[in-house]
Amino acid sequence: MYGLFLRHFFLIKSSFPRILDLIYWPSIQIILWGFISKFFSAYSDYYNNTVGIILTCAILYDFLFRSSISFNMLFLEEIWSRNFTNLFIAPMKISEIIISLVFTALIRTLIGLVPAILLTSPLFGISILKLGIPLFFLFLSLYIFGITLGLFVSSGLIRFGPSFENIAWSSLFLLAPLGCIYYPIEILPEFFQILAKGLPLVYIFDETRNILVNNFVNFQNILNAFYLNAIYLLIGICLFYFSFSKARKKGSLINMGE
Amino acid sequence: MIEVINLSKSFQNNKAVNNINFNIGKNEIIGLLGPNGCGKTTTIAMILGLLKPTKGKILINKKNIEHHRIELLHKMNFISPYIELPKKLTVKQNLIVYAKLYNVKDINERIDYLSSTLRLSKIINSLTGELSSGQKNRVSLAKSLINNPSVLLLDEPTASLDPETGNFIRSFLEDYINQKEISILLASHNMVEVERLCTSVMMMKSGEIIDRGTPNELIKKHGRKNLEEVFLKLVRTEDEF
Repeated sequence: MYGLFLRHFFLIKSSFPRILDLIYWPSIQIILWGFISKFFSAYSDYYNNTVGIILTCAILYDFLFRSSISFNMLFLEEIWSRNFTNLFIAPMKISEIIISLVFTALIRTLIGLVPAILLTSPLFGISILKLGIPLFFLFLSLYIFGITLGLFVSSGLIRFGPSFENIAWSSLFLLAPLGCIYYPIEILPEFFQILAKGLPLVYIFDETRNILVNNFVNFQNILNAFYLNAIYLLIGICLFYFSFSKARKKGSLINMGE
Repeated sequence: MIEVINLSKSFQNNKAVNNINFNIGKNEIIGLLGPNGCGKTTTIAMILGLLKPTKGKILINKKNIEHHRIELLHKMNFISPYIELPKKLTVKQNLIVYAKLYNVKDINERIDYLSSTLRLSKIINSLTGELSSGQKNRVSLAKSLINNPSVLLLDEPTASLDPETGNFIRSFLEDYINQKEISILLASHNMVEVERLCTSVMMMKSGEIIDRGTPNELIKKHGRKNLEEVFLKLVRTEDEF
């Protein structure tokens, strides 16, 4: 019994990502639901006349989550199947790898999302299509941000190997409280508001609520999200190239998955 | 053709490969022998462009792998028992994927050729994950030949195989090198295999090539009965006992 305990204790003790993972989930859950509770207790009449805002935001957030995870999964599956090295000795440019992952992740995401959207109408009488044409821009913006997060995480996987896997799963939950998915930015403490304004999520979800509550489109929010997305995407691509170069120096592309 | 010139690789203060030089010409199989951790895999990884050398250069068909990596990888391939193909794909699906990645023109023709010569016909539609070690090894060999490479790197290609399958792979490689223009680097711990296949052998220890020659030359030079005894003589040091 003690031996089995030690086997896991040694594993946890030697891996900072594992320790972080243990602390991370409870903290994020408490922070996220703390802000949601605070919002509802202060503004209980905010959603009175608009059924489905929460569900619409949940679908949009899930789209972001799926697109990012889909991107990461494509990488993780190669690591799990020990096929990683085979891919990197194939004559593929880094740009070709990124482009193929972007399109494959889109297909994976849509396979998961379309049935969910179709279910909301008969089950809850809500159609996300009520958002109209701006919905396309909101989805596009979320997809770009999801892919960007995927690039950040995949860069970590290339550079640090499978031990970075937990970060892949938890990266989006870190942003959930700051992304203001279910509540306006004003609900956050001032310091967090400054951080949140640097994320495209705030503008995307603020605009979603704005369209549903006020029946009015503020294109400035959509543009702000795209500007920020462009910056993060560029950083993500550079980071991916940088990680590949570092991995070639360090040797982490060899026997990945072991 | 492979030319390795003054090649070194250090990880922090550890010299994994220290100033090695060798050439592999067309239709040559050169053996790379040495104990675990001597730098064989590091050398192969640098030739494949997976690892950046600290010093020196690698020329494949006169072109530097650092500057022409993608172009050269089209004509190179690699097999190792430590790298696998996706288990949930059938053998044929895996070969199609890699044929596409390497821009193979007549994919069906190439797969049919490899399928018949490597005895894959009966398992071509089986899931790769459900195959035996010997079958997986033949599939990996098929993947490594899918692009008709002019440079092939083999890292312990017959490790953990039964004698019959190991013999089949060796016979296949002997026939293949007689039919195609190819340079092969073979890293192995199987001395019989190296004696049988290799035109020349390099002995590696602590990141350096400590001796080289044809198997017969090395056996004569060190006054031993076979290559295994030469290997043991060269790699053993007093502090290991």
